[in-house]
Amino acid sequence: MQQKIDELVSRFKQDIEKAADSQAVENIRIAYLGKKGFVTEILQGMKALSHEERKEVGRSVNVLKADIEKQIAQRAEKIKEEQLLKRINESERFDVTLPTDFTQGSYHPITIIQREVEEIFLSMGFTIEDYDEIVDDYHCFESLNIPKHHPARDMQDTYYIENGQLLKTHTSAAQNYIMRKYGAPLRAIFPGRCFRNESTDASHENTFFQMEGIMIDKDISISNLIYFMKTMLTEVFKREVNVRLRPGFFPFVEPGFELDINCLICGGEGCPSCKNSGWLELCPCGMIHPKVLEYGGIDSEEYTGFAFGLGLTRLAMMKYGVGDIRDFNSGNLKALSQFTNI
Amino acid sequence: MLVSMNWVQDFVDLSGLDIESLIKRFTLSTAEVEDIIYKGRDVSGVVVGKILSVENHPDSKKLHLLKVDAGGKIFDCVCGAPNVREGMKTAFATVGGMVGGMKIAARPVAGAMSQGMCCSEQELGISANNSGIMDITDDIEIGTDIKEAYGVEDIIFEVDNKSLTNRPDLWGHYGIAREFSALTGRPLRELEVYDTKQYSGLPKVDIDIKDKDIAYRYSGLKIQNVTRKTSPVDMRIRLYYCGMRAINFIADLTNYIMLELSQPMHAFDMRKVSSIEVKRADGEYDFDTLDGVSRKIDENTLMIYSAGEPVAVAGVMGGLASEIEDDTTSLLLESANFDCVSVRKTSTRLGLRTDASMRYEKSLDPELTVPAIKRYLKLMKDSDSGCEVISSLTDVYVKRFESEPIVFDKRYVDRYTGIDISEEQILKTLRSLGFGVELKDGVFTVTVPSWRATKDVSIKADIIEEVTRIYGYDNFKITTTVSPLYPVRLPQSKISEKSVKDILVREFGLHEVHSYIWCDAKKLKEIGLGVNGSVRIVNAMTPDNEVLRDAIVPTLLTVTASNHAFSDAFGIFEIGKTVEGLGSDGLCIERKKLGIVLYSTVKSERELYFMMRDITAFLCRDVKGMTASFTPSDDVREWQHPKNTANVICGEKGIGCISLLHPSVADKIGKKAVIATAEIYMDDFGDIEPAVTEYKEVSKFPGIDIDLTFVVNPAVSFEKMSSAWKGTENLIGVSLIDTYEGEEKSITLRYSFSSLDKTLTKAEVQQSVDEVVEKLKGMDVNMKM
Repeated sequence: MQQKIDELVSRFKQDIEKAADSQAVENIRIAYLGKKGFVTEILQGMKALSHEERKEVGRSVNVLKADIEKQIAQRAEKIKEEQLLKRINESERFDVTLPTDFTQGSYHPITIIQREVEEIFLSMGFTIEDYDEIVDDYHCFESLNIPKHHPARDMQDTYYIENGQLLKTHTSAAQNYIMRKYGAPLRAIFPGRCFRNESTDASHENTFFQMEGIMIDKDISISNLIYFMKTMLTEVFKREVNVRLRPGFFPFVEPGFELDINCLICGGEGCPSCKNSGWLELCPCGMIHPKVLEYGGIDSEEYTGFAFGLGLTRLAMMKYGVGDIRDFNSGNLKALSQFTNI
Repeated sequence: MLVSMNWVQDFVDLSGLDIESLIKRFTLSTAEVEDIIYKGRDVSGVVVGKILSVENHPDSKKLHLLKVDAGGKIFDCVCGAPNVREGMKTAFATVGGMVGGMKIAARPVAGAMSQGMCCSEQELGISANNSGIMDITDDIEIGTDIKEAYGVEDIIFEVDNKSLTNRPDLWGHYGIAREFSALTGRPLRELEVYDTKQYSGLPKVDIDIKDKDIAYRYSGLKIQNVTRKTSPVDMRIRLYYCGMRAINFIADLTNYIMLELSQPMHAFDMRKVSSIEVKRADGEYDFDTLDGVSRKIDENTLMIYSAGEPVAVAGVMGGLASEIEDDTTSLLLESANFDCVSVRKTSTRLGLRTDASMRYEKSLDPELTVPAIKRYLKLMKDSDSGCEVISSLTDVYVKRFESEPIVFDKRYVDRYTGIDISEEQILKTLRSLGFGVELKDGVFTVTVPSWRATKDVSIKADIIEEVTRIYGYDNFKITTTVSPLYPVRLPQSKISEKSVKDILVREFGLHEVHSYIWCDAKKLKEIGLGVNGSVRIVNAMTPDNEVLRDAIVPTLLTVTASNHAFSDAFGIFEIGKTVEGLGSDGLCIERKKLGIVLYSTVKSERELYFMMRDITAFLCRDVKGMTASFTPSDDVREWQHPKNTANVICGEKGIGCISLLHPSVADKIGKKAVIATAEIYMDDFGDIEPAVTEYKEVSKFPGIDIDLTFVVNPAVSFEKMSSAWKGTENLIGVSLIDTYEGEEKSITLRYSFSSLDKTLTKAEVQQSVDEVVEKLKGMDVNMKM
């Protein structure tokens, strides 16, 4: 009996070493450990033995069985590893630097700037308003205290439409509408496209974007205006900005200001971009003219407010270093497709 | 405008102050200074010299050998000027000195030593005259430094004209001096004028203002026996430094007064003009102005007439025929005030913007006309004492600017400024600017001076500006607002627009572009399209751009055409305005639209059309939580494919359409070009209230899928087919498995059945399937055999 077992062990050793794939291993498992396998055969042959012998042989067979199971498992594991290694060795290393035809979309740079600035104002409690591009004389001029014969109404500046309406020349055209819509107190910005009837060149466009803001409440002061502009522009430029106010004349504000910021290129030292002054003229602003408040249905004795205009197109030019303003409306995808990220 | 600090200091003493920082303060408190120019710094060692003798140069016909007395010392000088003569006084640059930045050294000229140089006015930088050396006729001691003799050294600053739009008073040096007086607290000197009362008995100048609506005041004076021809050197230097050309004494003085007081003046040769009539032109005619140009005058032009003949365009320019000539000795002096709008319109119409018209445009103070004449006379008498006034100062004053006193209290100033400016400071500032101020029981009552009353200052807020700008915005203590908190909600339309852009860029890789609100007829024509729109701009620069677009896609097609070399396949979009004609109220129907164009030379029409359909469906689903449906449309526009154009319906609302491009347009853009377009009404889409997801319970029991293949009947749309299974019990979804495009087109659909209550049996489902198949058979859609 023992002899049979020994024979079986040496045969198994040969077989398992020959097994080259997982199917062969499985076949060996069935041949030795299956219902009709060699090990079962030996166990069945034990019936003829004495109780003592059976005990002894039984122990040997159990050892044998465990050993075979172990070896089969090891062999199977090894084959799996070899196969994996083979797959890896045979696989190709792809050239990650190869170009593909995947295209990424792009936002118009004005959209990007507008969103940036809108975020800032939203965080400060301003509503964002949309307004028409085609407006009437009353909204664009009259309600803004721009008298009938002001040069701004001249034919050469404004696009007039055959029905007497016009293309808005500035976002201020929305002031009256928004004051009437909300009344005071009020905090709102209104970005929009504006039109000026003039010849275009690298720094002039007849179609461009502005963003106007107004804040109206009891006791809004010049001091508040300066504070606000400084805070807001520091956010817009993401760095500490110094502002300087100069008197500026706009019929819809009183007092009106031209706001300068310290030159972003030289920091105020003086350089060619700021004509050596250290300052950059950035945006007009001022205290809303009492007449404009009254036109908007707001009591100018009770309320005061400030207004400011930001040139979104100009901000985009500054931010991205766009030298020719006409690129924005060119539709040239070689230029525009560069603005992939917000 | 150019401002001379020497001139300013005639009226306010700025000695001991740093002029440059004062000019900087002027920028911050009054108007923007664009440039500072230092005059005379490149001139030194130049003295008044006397030419003692003139000898011809032995080797040159042009050169002379001079002996020049430079004040105690006599120098040899070689000079080529044609106007040298013995006994003449001139500007002599001594050795070691400097002229125009050039060092003067002793050097041989054509063989003869020259120890210095006689200078022309141009070389000294004080005039444009280079015809000869400076001829000094004033009684000045020989050897006097030229800079002591005359105002050669000066600081000139240039003010941005735009920033003076609302300040007619700052178009002359006296007004500028008033600002410096307020800024420094130094007193403003009174203007020295000539007393004309003594002439009140003389005959009046015949002045008749006919058109009183646009001619507000006309003052005149007649003067004769003017013998001086050339203006005094200092006057000429100032005119030159301030950008004007010296002409002759009589005319120069009118310009000088204009630069000093901002009041334009005109001198007529009295031989030609001895009476004045102010009226609109009595017809259309040609008129020669002083500059020698013939101008077309029409009935809207306010003119000055004399004895029935036009002699000047009022407020703009005088006539050539009555200009001051070399032999003129008598003049009729005009100092007048005209309507700002009328002058501006005339000047624009004639294309002639003069120093006078620029000032009148700003609404000049009519009170200035008489002081200007008195000042003119004073300066004339100073330099030509023999001149003789032969009329009374005649003044026809038609329209005065009325101004009401402005009343406010300190609390108002505090509230508006947010800082505490003392009552004393308010008083002092306003008074220094010429305002009349009374403070009684805490109430300020302010009278506005005439030079600020024409349009600039009329309400309390205007006074705030005066007080704060002189106080200095840099000196403001800045504080945040104290405002109540309230939530900010973005309107649905704004949120939609943002989402749409994000989806198109990020999900579909499209490029956002911007274009114009008007059609570009030229570019449209290149792709075979006419202009799309009906409303016109009346003053477009070119007729090609005068029609406002009523659709956005055509514009995007021109953009697509110009980008055909960009890539084999790309997509663009724009959210922009269009004008769909005029409404019943006569106003433009302005619509905000989303236009999308997909371009490809590699995809099929079908692929691109379906891609566009999926993009719009995605927008409906993602932005509004709604299913999009599409219905074919036969109502197509010029650029749309007659068969493949469909309306897009988001939920229940039509929001626009998608279409393939009309082949004739596609061919123009590119032979291989396949193009799909979409035009969506953003307002309508934006206004849709987004749906909240309706949750459906999921079955816990396994379902059954049945795949069926049908032969496609081109007459029956999928939507129509779907009516066959609408409402079928336990049918939870139908999905497309496959389409076959062979000889016989077929479609394989998967019908998914499931019940919330139990596991369905094949038999239960089969009955429903049979019913569906039967219904489809009724539509002539058959199972594939």
